[in-house]
Amino acid sequence: MNSWTQMIVTQLRRDLKLAARLGGGGLLAVAFFVVLVTLVPFGVGPEPALLSKLSIGIIWVGVVLSTLLSLDRLFQADYEDGSLDLMFLSPLSLGVLVLAKCAAYWITTALPLVLVAPLLGVLLNLPAENYGLLVLSLLVGTPALSLVGAVGAALTVGLRRGSLLLSLLVLPLCVPTLIFGAAAAEGHMSNFYLLGAVSLVLVVVGPIASAAALKLNLG
Amino acid sequence: MAQTGEPLMAERCPPLFKLSGEGLTCLRGGRVVLQDLSFEAIAGRPLVVTGPNGAGKSTLLRLVAGLVSYQAGTLLFAGADGAPVSDESNGYLMHYLGHQDAVKPALTVVENLTYWQRLYGARVSVGEALGQLGITFLADVPGQFLSAGQKRRVNLARLLVSHRPLWVLDEPTASLDQEGAEIVRGLIQRHSAEGGLTLVTTHLDLGLEAQDSLKIARLSDVPLEGGA
Repeated sequence: MNSWTQMIVTQLRRDLKLAARLGGGGLLAVAFFVVLVTLVPFGVGPEPALLSKLSIGIIWVGVVLSTLLSLDRLFQADYEDGSLDLMFLSPLSLGVLVLAKCAAYWITTALPLVLVAPLLGVLLNLPAENYGLLVLSLLVGTPALSLVGAVGAALTVGLRRGSLLLSLLVLPLCVPTLIFGAAAAEGHMSNFYLLGAVSLVLVVVGPIASAAALKLNLG
Repeated sequence: MAQTGEPLMAERCPPLFKLSGEGLTCLRGGRVVLQDLSFEAIAGRPLVVTGPNGAGKSTLLRLVAGLVSYQAGTLLFAGADGAPVSDESNGYLMHYLGHQDAVKPALTVVENLTYWQRLYGARVSVGEALGQLGITFLADVPGQFLSAGQKRRVNLARLLVSHRPLWVLDEPTASLDQEGAEIVRGLIQRHSAEGGLTLVTTHLDLGLEAQDSLKIARLSDVPLEGGA
């Protein structure tokens, strides 16, 4: 089993290297997130009390949308250049491969969002006691977003302009994560457990579903 | 790092003696692509698949690789004793070389090959494989600056850096020059001499010494009631 861990690390390192060389993905999501959140006060008015009340919801919705932004490329590049065929034929099982790719995606795209979120909290007059909770809820919840997004990405991998369809497929599935995540950031502790449960279930179910969808698209 | 997994990987590759298909029928998009096709490939004798465009050569190869499912027939991977190889060897059976070269534009040639070597298990070093393909000078060039023929050579080097008993090659000489085609011939020849199995489609005559051949006719060329 030692060789398995080695293969997972190999996959993770390759995807991180590719993300670093190509740039775009992660930074783009952060920029989108920042713009999205800054737009809200223009729409609802700059009243500190109102913004404070809305802040957690806005940030969580922003994170959900930004996470999905570059998700369509998760498998597409490997699908188009034939790498996915070869990964399928390698000793690494497709489910494990998906897990490694999701981990790389989370590190390059979701983690920067989590790090930026407190700064945007300042912008929205987030109550002081909620900063830690917000970051923690995002750390627990964003893996679920990446994993459920991967299922959508796997389903739409063969489509030329699949990104819109991908969002339509995935956004409704993000609702539980959004509800528990936002409530957890408000300080309702039971929601932390539910949020963690969603992430853990998806760690198991997500890669299996993604692998099945990828297999379908290879044929 | 790649070396630590080496003995384990080599052991896991099953000794493969025979690959045979029996009455294979494959439908794609509601259209019959392969109908009642039977073939047999034996270790040491490369099976060269020929046929006009659209006859289903690539489909047959993808079917053997498990990338395409078939609706009827059987496909058997057997060892020297005739017994089918176990499911555990899935992932250790074959190298597949398709139309796309799976070379990442953002990674250098060495990085590309090292990745595949770590995933598939090490046999010869990346440097040596590049030498055999005559592209040592490309080692540190990013994939995006390679020509089509150079990419193909990188992809062919992938066959060498890891060991697999079965090579499934779809038009391996496509976009290669004369010298490149010669190298491909040499690689297949050597793989066969070492007891490897090869399934290869080609339009060029590779001039392999001991080969079996399989001709696939386009289904629209086959009279309706007559057998293929």
